[in-house]
Amino acid sequence: MRNFLADQVVEIKPSGIRKFFDIVSEMKDAISLGVGEPDFDTPWHIRDEGIYSLEKGRTFYTSNSGLKELRQEICTYMKRKNGIEYDPMKQVLITVGGSEAIDIGLRALINPGLSEEVLIPQPSYVSYEPCAILAGAKPVIINLKAENEFRLTAEELEAAITDKSKILVLPYPNNPTGAIMEQKDLEAIAEVILKHDLFVISDEIYAELTYKEKHVSIASLPGMQERTLLINGFSKAYAMTGWRLGYACGPADVIRQMTKIHQFAIMCAPTTSQYAAVEALKNGDADIEEMRVAYNQRRRYLLHAFEEMGLECFEPYGAFYVFPCIKEFGMTSEEFATKFLEEEKVAVVPGTAFGDCGEGYLRISYAYSLENLKVAIGRLKKFVEKLRSKTQA
Amino acid sequence: MREELLAIIEKNSRIDLKELAVILGVEEIDVVNELQKLEEEGVICGYHTLINWEKTSLDKVTALIEVRVTPQRGQGFDHMAERIYKYPEVRSVYLISGGFDLMVILEGKTLREVSSFVSDKLAPLEQVLSTATHFILKKYKDHGTIFAQKSEDEREMITP
Repeated sequence: MRNFLADQVVEIKPSGIRKFFDIVSEMKDAISLGVGEPDFDTPWHIRDEGIYSLEKGRTFYTSNSGLKELRQEICTYMKRKNGIEYDPMKQVLITVGGSEAIDIGLRALINPGLSEEVLIPQPSYVSYEPCAILAGAKPVIINLKAENEFRLTAEELEAAITDKSKILVLPYPNNPTGAIMEQKDLEAIAEVILKHDLFVISDEIYAELTYKEKHVSIASLPGMQERTLLINGFSKAYAMTGWRLGYACGPADVIRQMTKIHQFAIMCAPTTSQYAAVEALKNGDADIEEMRVAYNQRRRYLLHAFEEMGLECFEPYGAFYVFPCIKEFGMTSEEFATKFLEEEKVAVVPGTAFGDCGEGYLRISYAYSLENLKVAIGRLKKFVEKLRSKTQA
Repeated sequence: MREELLAIIEKNSRIDLKELAVILGVEEIDVVNELQKLEEEGVICGYHTLINWEKTSLDKVTALIEVRVTPQRGQGFDHMAERIYKYPEVRSVYLISGGFDLMVILEGKTLREVSSFVSDKLAPLEQVLSTATHFILKKYKDHGTIFAQKSEDEREMITP
């Protein structure tokens, strides 16, 4: 029999997270700081609206682009939060999670085989690089630095640009580092983007979860809206990960091509989720704020705990992750995480799961109750002390 | 910080002061001072414990009593409310809009004890026009806390 598999797919490395997941799942009594999703349940009024839509028998497809009412609510939301105006009929596409939008956005923009380059700052979410490869692009990794709080600087961007550069993926607020880009940071890179005529895919799925100033979208900067695909969704802000609902806003011609791929590959996003999402956008602001306040308390708790332990960590102002440095122990991230799991039964994700430059760091999620965090951090403290006493002896 | 502090201790009044300061991002002394001020101003009126008595061997009966009263000249409902809330077995008294005036929440050891309170003490009061007593059969949720089994974390251990 022939080998039927596609080389391009076979060559893609499986997610570093997957590997760790397999180890953890064999350990029965382990506790985890490893999730990338909220610990809250979806607010009841949103769930109720989903249930109601099922009761009413709204179990049909929606239009390919998604419910008109939902697209309108998204435009209202974008105007309210970012001051950006989108046309609900031409500039919005409802997708199956932000993930789908990343995938089809890249596919709509890349000409395969021409080695068009997609600039991907790392550490960042695991799917940008494989999606770029699958779209036929050449991913170019920009290694972000802790000394810049893992923000992307104009110099770093400039240095990575070639005459093949086409797209910049902008993953802020960032998973796994918790880094944000403030207005001034965005202005600096926007200049470079305009100068080199790049297009931006801005993944703003964590936009509602910032703890310093309110999130600023790069699309709100002068000249940027027409060259930005803004991706957001309901998973993080409204604790709706399992509903699989995201969206993309952008230039009409890009959205039109994306809608074509979406139409043939997916048809439409889940109808129940779309009805629930309308309710989320209409009446969900208080829920977001309540969760944001809780995350912020936990964030402060963790940073304080690391400080007491003497564990180096920059202060992250976004998402629900902290990214402490473990270089002092002379182990790789994976060695540290594996040993920590074996000895203290706590799962954390090695920074390298999000790119090679995550080496020496761990992603610790605070999508857990304070009670759970306390137990896990107690064990981390014990583990760190044990390691230090060994190196001293 | 005031409202955030109150929101936290409303759910957990036993939280350690040091921890409270950490999660609020302030100094411990500020928390201590603020709490003292809140107590003095009567914003914080007490630190209670939420108990599911159904799980204990003690029997308790709770009743909600709707009371219609004639307001008194110059005193509105306050005087009547006071006469009622002074009974120690009365847990709460609220002035209510709508079909009746005062909502009285009463706790007793037995049904008989509660009903005799209503018939011997509450109903005979001169300004009380009528009462309607509802006994609580089961408490599902109290003070924002669901009494049913705690739910487990069903998320995958590791997700991107």
